[in-house]
Amino acid sequence: MVISKKEKNDILIDKKLYTISAKNEHIIIEAKKLSIGYTSRKKKTFIANHISFGLKKGELGAIVGINGIGKSTLLRTLGRVQPKLSGSILINNEPLESLKSDELATLVSVVLTEPIASKNLTVLQLVSLGRHPYTNWIGTLSADDQSKILKAINMLELDHLQHNKCYELSDGQLQKVMIARALAQDTEIILLDEPTTHLDLYHKVHILKLLQRIAHDTKKVVLYTTHEIDLAIQLCDKIFVMNRDNNSFGAPCALIESKSFEDLFPKDAITFNPESGSFKINK
Amino acid sequence: MQRSNTYLFPFLLLFLVLLFCFVLNLSLGSVAIPFNDTLTSILGGQIENESWQYIIWNYRVPKAFTAILVGSGLSLSGLLMQTLFRNPLAGPFVLGISSGASLGAALLIMGSTLFSQWFIFEVINDVSLAIASSIGSFLVLLAVIAVATRVKDTMALLIIGLMFGSITAALVSVLSYFTDADKLQQYIFWAFGSVGNLSGFQLALLSVFILIGILLSIISVKSLNALLLGENYARSLGVQLKKTRFIIIVATGLLAGAVTAFAGPIAFIGLAVPHLTRQIFNTTDHKILVPAVLVYGAILLLLCDLIAQLPSSSYVLPLNAITSVVGAPVVIWLLVRKKKMIF
Repeated sequence: MVISKKEKNDILIDKKLYTISAKNEHIIIEAKKLSIGYTSRKKKTFIANHISFGLKKGELGAIVGINGIGKSTLLRTLGRVQPKLSGSILINNEPLESLKSDELATLVSVVLTEPIASKNLTVLQLVSLGRHPYTNWIGTLSADDQSKILKAINMLELDHLQHNKCYELSDGQLQKVMIARALAQDTEIILLDEPTTHLDLYHKVHILKLLQRIAHDTKKVVLYTTHEIDLAIQLCDKIFVMNRDNNSFGAPCALIESKSFEDLFPKDAITFNPESGSFKINK
Repeated sequence: MQRSNTYLFPFLLLFLVLLFCFVLNLSLGSVAIPFNDTLTSILGGQIENESWQYIIWNYRVPKAFTAILVGSGLSLSGLLMQTLFRNPLAGPFVLGISSGASLGAALLIMGSTLFSQWFIFEVINDVSLAIASSIGSFLVLLAVIAVATRVKDTMALLIIGLMFGSITAALVSVLSYFTDADKLQQYIFWAFGSVGNLSGFQLALLSVFILIGILLSIISVKSLNALLLGENYARSLGVQLKKTRFIIIVATGLLAGAVTAFAGPIAFIGLAVPHLTRQIFNTTDHKILVPAVLVYGAILLLLCDLIAQLPSSSYVLPLNAITSVVGAPVVIWLLVRKKKMIF
């Protein structure tokens, strides 16, 4: 049988379409057998391996684990702040490394733990920088840009602060401004590295509920790292538990059932109570 | 945004001050020419005293234009450095560019006695001096760029620049130890800094370099604004860091290198002007800051040159000393009043 070139093309396209629809099309960000760490001149230092998970549209996810397990490294790797060591990261079924930097900027926004370089920016200017990937060569804001900036400021209740300089703000306020900036960037995925450190319980809950609202209302994927496992259990749709070679991923209830939280900490110091979903100090 | 309109007034004011300083710079000097006559002369009118006409057009106008170019170029390179290195103390000197130029000039002036057997430049004049210092700053710039591609941390790059500065300073002092008094004096005179004595060709060359530097800065305005958040955030906003860093370093090198080559090392303008500008224009937006530092730097250098000329006397003070005397207290004042230097 002779197949013309056009027919061959059509078959190829069909095949491609098929493979795409065969995968779960709702998964926005996916990690497959990912290894993370640092590369120096010759040596690769692995921090964590066997990382696999996926988040769907409108889900709030948390990455939990003990200090030094690689939560921040994972988050930074997902946001391409640093390179992965092996495995793959897919954004809308496309490999992360194949995306151009301006494309990536319209898909993923990040809130990092590092302080911003210039605290002399006003809140409005800082949030406006979130529109950077969409503006022209000199950064002129269109009417659409402005409405998105104001919407982000409004959503985080920062209206009264918008002309304040960043050095005048408290830690909690600055964190909200950084989240507003990520929101103004209008990406499908928002990654946050420990957004609730340095905050009191009320403001922790406030920020986390806000993230939940952002995920559920605006149908974005919100993924953050945290130490507060009990808060994550109460608020998140999915949790990725990092525990050396025994990582697990799922809905909080399923993770409690599979006893994923039990051996996070040494048993003689802290035990997990599955009924309340919280940790207790052993006296 | 509407906000850019609010800067219209300060810009207008700054331009008027610039024009005033320009004319003032033309009228004052070892021979005082009345302000009105100066104005008439540069507006194309005829003034009675022909020697005044001659002084203005053949000596003071090129000098004033050089001062404008030097002030603008140094200030802009200071602004670029402060944003790129996220360090309020950064300036054109920290990348070792100015010290590279000094080394070039020192080798030409003082090295000729040491290496006389294979020395090509027998004639030491303004042109060969400019060439030598350009080569010096360009070589240091190349070394810095070579390091910049390997070192990811800009803070480390800043320290490397300072180290380059130390090495060149050491080489210069070795050279000056072995040279004779005449040559040493000649080098010191170059190091005093001066905006006078540039030929038309040199002035044109300087303008071309400054213009390229300004153009490169203008195309980087958007990335410079993103860099205010830090490199990681800038990258997450789609800024191509390597390319941006390269463009900014080249722009700085052209601006500071060309200025130092033609006018000698002039201290503190690059460091102080961006901070002074932020006092008037309370913004971090480089769309406003880039043109503002250009005008502000020009004004400040015109004034410094005016003081250096010691009006109505036949003495001329070293320009470099005046800029330091004006610049250093400004930095101290900013630190004391603001408690911290922000950028």
